[in-house]
Order: sequence, then C-alpha cells, then structure tokens
Amino acid sequence: MSILVFVEHHDDELQKGSLGVLAKAASLGGDVDAVLIGGSVKSLAPKVGAKKVYVVEDASLDPPLPQPRVDVIAQLAPEYDAVFFANSVLAADIAAGLAARLDAGLNWDLVDITNDFVGKRPALQDSVLVDVGWRSTPRLALFRAGSFDAPASGGSTPAVEDVTVELSEHSRAAKVVGQELEQASGPSIEDAEIIVAGGRGLGAPENFTLAEELAKALGGAVGATRAVVDAGWYPYAAQIGQTGKTVSPKLYVALGISGAIQHKVGMQSSNTIVAINKDPNAPIFEFSDLGVVGDVHEIVPKLTELINARK
Amino acid sequence: MKIAVCVKHVPEGASKIDPATKRLDRSREGALNHFDANAVEEALRLKGDGDTEVVVISMGPEAAGDSLRKALAMGADRALLVSDDAAAGSDLVATSKVLAKALEREGADLALFGQQASDADGAVLWGAVAERLRRPVISQAAELSLAGETVHVKRQTEFGYDVIEAPLPAVVAVSDAINEPRYPSLKGIMGAKKKPSETVTLADLGLDAGDAGDAGSKTEVLALGNPPARGDSRKIEGDADAAQAIVDFLAEKRLV
Ligand SMILES: Cc1cc2nc3c(=O)[nH]c(=O)nc-3n(C[C@H](O)[C@H](O)[C@H](O)COP(=O)(O)OP(=O)(O)OC[C@H]3O[C@@H](n4cnc5c(N)ncnc54)[C@H](O)[C@@H]3O)c2cc1C
Ligand SMILES: Nc1ncnc2c1ncn2[C@@H]1O[C@H](COP(=O)(O)O)[C@@H](O)[C@H]1O
Repeated sequence: MSILVFVEHHDDELQKGSLGVLAKAASLGGDVDAVLIGGSVKSLAPKVGAKKVYVVEDASLDPPLPQPRVDVIAQLAPEYDAVFFANSVLAADIAAGLAARLDAGLNWDLVDITNDFVGKRPALQDSVLVDVGWRSTPRLALFRAGSFDAPASGGSTPAVEDVTVELSEHSRAAKVVGQELEQASGPSIEDAEIIVAGGRGLGAPENFTLAEELAKALGGAVGATRAVVDAGWYPYAAQIGQTGKTVSPKLYVALGISGAIQHKVGMQSSNTIVAINKDPNAPIFEFSDLGVVGDVHEIVPKLTELINARK
Repeated sequence: MKIAVCVKHVPEGASKIDPATKRLDRSREGALNHFDANAVEEALRLKGDGDTEVVVISMGPEAAGDSLRKALAMGADRALLVSDDAAAGSDLVATSKVLAKALEREGADLALFGQQASDADGAVLWGAVAERLRRPVISQAAELSLAGETVHVKRQTEFGYDVIEAPLPAVVAVSDAINEPRYPSLKGIMGAKKKPSETVTLADLGLDAGDAGDAGSKTEVLALGNPPARGDSRKIEGDADAAQAIVDFLAEKRLV
C-alpha cells in the first residue's frame, strides 16, 4: 500500500493538520511519501516524517494557489493507491482539481480511514456516520481539520527527491496581487477560559456590544464567525473555525450562530456549549449542552444583567 | 458579457438519508440552496443596469425547476436545467463533468458558484469544474469586482486575506458573506414564468449515461452508521425565563 500526502506550509512552518494526516497515513502500515510545493521549501523537507519527500520548488509556486499544485500532484499521484490532504482552503481546491484531471474519486470531510480504505464521514450536520469508498485509484481523501494529532517529533529522516514540473496555461492565469496576513495583537482568544461568540444572528455590527457586555460579565473573550468577519463586523483575529482559531474554553456561548461544520471544527472541544438561536432546527443545537430557542436581542441583555447582579 | 450561476436544488429542513438507496432522500419539498442565492445576487449586482446576461444552471430532478424559477424571480434572465434519470446519484467526478459541459455550451465569461451545497457540504465542486474547463478558479470570494477582462477577488484563508485576480473567462465561488440576497418581488415572481427556461438531457450535452449518475461516479457510500453518542443536552424554548434558565445552568456547572 502506498500513500502520498500533500504537506501544506505557511512561511517556514509545516501545517499541523498535514502532519496529523501524515501520521494517520503512516499508521495504516504502508509506504508513505509526502510532497512539498512552494517557492522555497527545501529546508522544510527534513522535518517531514515520511519515507520520501518530493520537493517541488519554483518561484512560480510561491503564491498559495491551487491550480499549479494540481499540475504537480497529477504527475505524481498515478503511482499511488491514495493521496491524502488535510482540509484547508488551498487543499480542497487542489483535491477537487485533481479529481477532475485524473477522473479520480474524492471523498471529503473524513474524520478517519481504515487500512482497507474505508473512509468515515459524518454527514448531514453530523447526524449520521457514513462509510465511504472509492472505485478507482488513486483514492483522493480530504480529512476534516483537527481529525488527527500531529506527532511531537518528525520521525525518520526522509529521502528527498527534487521534481520539476511544466505548468499548464490555465494554471498560471490567476495571480495573488495582495495579502493581508493576520497581525498578532492583543490577548489571544485561544487562551480564554470563556468565550462569547457572535454570528450573523446579531443582526448588525453594532449589536456586537451584546456579545462584548456578556463576555465582560462572564470574564471572557469575544469570538466571531466567518460570516461576520468577512462582512467587516468584527476583526479576523476573533474568528473561530476552519480558517480562524481553534479554541477549547471551559464555556462557549454562541449567539446567533447557525453551527456550520466549518465553525464547529474550531470550537467543538469546548467543555460546555450554550447556544441561543431563534431557529429551533439550527445545527448548533445538535452539539450544544444547553440550547436556547429564542431571540438574542431579548435574552442576552437580561442574561448579562442577571450575571452582573450575582457579583 | 455573460455570467452563468450554478445553483443546486436541495431538500428543505433537516435532511435524511434513505437507508435503502443510501442516497439523500429527495422526496420532500426542495428549495434553492441558500448559499447559491448569494451567487445569484452577486451576478445581479455585477449586471446592474448593464446588458449582461445572467444564466442560472442546475443539474437535478425536474423539481429543481422550482429553484431555477426562484433565481429567475430574483432577476436572472434565463435558466438551464440538466435533468436525466441517468444523472441521479452523481458524485463530484460525474457532476463536474455534466456542469462543465453545460457551461461550455453557454460559453459564459464568468461562472459563479455558491459557498457549498447545504446537503453535501462539499465546498469543492468549482475546483473540478474549472479544471475540466481549463479556466482559472478562485474560491471563498468575500469581495468581487470586474475591471475590463479581469476579475478581482478578496478571500479568506487560514492565514488572513488574499487578493487574487484572474483573466476572464474564469470560475469564482463566493462566500455567504459577500452580499445579502434580495427576496424576489411579486413582479419578479410573475415575470419569472415568462422568462426563457430550457431542460436538457445528458445526450443533449453530448454525454453518455455512463458519464454521470452511479455509473459515472468514482466514489460510493458503503454503509450508514450512528455517530458517537454525545452527552446530555438540554433545550429550552420561549424567551420569558430563558435568561434565568441559562444562569441556573451555568451556576450548576460552576461557571458563574
Ligand atoms: C472553506 C470554508 C472555511 C470556512 N471557515 C469558517 C470559519 O473559520 N469560521 C466560521 O465561523 N465559518 C467558516 N465558514 C463559513 C461557514 O460555512 C458558515 O457560513 C458560517 O459559519 C455562518 O456564520 P453564522 O453562523 O454567523 O451565520 P448564519 O449561518 O447566517 O447563521 C445565523 C444564525 O443566526 C440565527 N438568528 C438570526 N436572528 C437571530 C436572533 N434575533 N436571535 C437568535 N438567533 C438569530 C439564525 O437562525 C441562524 O441560525 C467557512 C466556510 C468555508 C466554505
Ligand atoms: N447539482 C448541481 N447543479 C448546479 N450547481 C451545483 C450542483 N451541486 C452543486 N452546485 C454548485 O456547487 C457549489 C458547491 O457545491 P458542493 O461542492 O457540492 O458543496 C454549490 O454552492 C453550487 O453553486
């Protein structure tokens, strides 16, 4: 059995999610190789715990765009029984492009896989666990963020193989013309013991004061969903979820948050989850310890008042 | 200029899988995937008062015509439904093949997708369709603008925001934060019935039955099981005593 793992990096850091998937692949008992793609990635190769690491290094591969990476992996993948990806914005687009290029099956959102390639996928707001399979090779698999822990150390020193690749015309068409990377400023919500998070259900940016006042009363920090961050209601540094922070506070209070999978992966290991949502069918209730069906504008001010009164 | 928007007809409310067919139960009422309303809205915003044509495209059962009609009622100009019994149960490989053919037939300058299908939560289809069309693709667009023959997108990744541009023709998938979709007006709803709307089969698109549906799929569902049980969970309804109930709960857990 042979598996190729796409190892994602950012600046000089290998992504923990990729390393976790690499460790999972190794535990299945076959040969595991990895591929590192970027503008300057050679120095990262020794840190990848695989049998062999393909290094594909070129200035044109520096921007984090999927299509050039499809060209690269399409060259390597046909030799393998499976190609594994830790889900990310970049990895999902690569995996889907590869599926079309190779006419290869892609299963996504997997949380586990057996050594005879049966993938485990929670579906329909995680209300059912589906066993999924592939009908051809290479089997393409995207694993849900945070499914596997990254090993503490990298393991054995891999053999490094340089690969060159010719990019297709359409793969070179998109260009990254600007980047706004997150600035680390202020206390990190990752360390907060209590988080009050707000979503689009707050209704307007100014209503975030509801979340802020409740957070203050509880002695906690404020978090947000991508929907409100993308809309400019709250800063990216406060975002929780797949493309934001992963948190596991003692208490997580969700105000007007639907509970999309990509939000859930960032907060599901919270000790106690309380959700207020006016839609009784909101998915967040499926993983809340206390679900309150109601209007945040009615409930939250009273709640803040009651908590302040206890002090 | 022509903008095509790919929209999916999804079961309304909490979804179920039919244990017999291991497929999503599509027998209940369906609706336009709400993430795709953002893509339709973005197309209409780009169109403005201009003479851009907005075409909405869906692959699905005949009932998917309802979702296309909703998009027409919002303001799209024309609808194309790919409906064929042989397309039922298509996975990513098969669906991307069919939609790429439909988009090729339309020859749109810009193909828009929604953030994800609420029944499949894949958030992947655009990548496969763009690859088949050999066009640049940009996903997770939180802001989108057109300048001449170039599309500009601002989008979020795990590390912050990227600004990406690509020459047309291009494929873009929008995030649900990009806009607030409009509700169709009564006039829009009435007008939708008169707008051109076409239904085609796989053969009309030059595809064989083997290209789509179960026969054209490279993945399969093997079994359905129960997810790991979760702990106790309580739910309360009604606003009157809700705040007090929350405080009692927090006190019981020693969190206040
Ligand atoms: C690749 C990718 C990455 C993503 N990464 C993230 C991420 O990191 N973090 C993240 O959060 N999302 C992420 N998302 C987006 C995610 O899929 C959802 O779109 C998003 O989480 C929705 O945010 P929301 O809950 O605020 O908004 P909505 O889904 O619009 O939910 C709003 C909720 O508020 C409720 N509501 C409305 N009014 C009231 C009221 N008055 N009182 C009480 N309740 C009310 C509604 O019933 C609804 O359930 C990602 C998506 C993709 C595709
Ligand atoms: N059957 C379909 N017909 C047309 N468009 C679709 C279909 N399925 C998915 N899409 C589009 O692809 C996007 C992503 O879907 P998915 O990758 O399945 O989550 C959706 O938001 C739609 O824009």
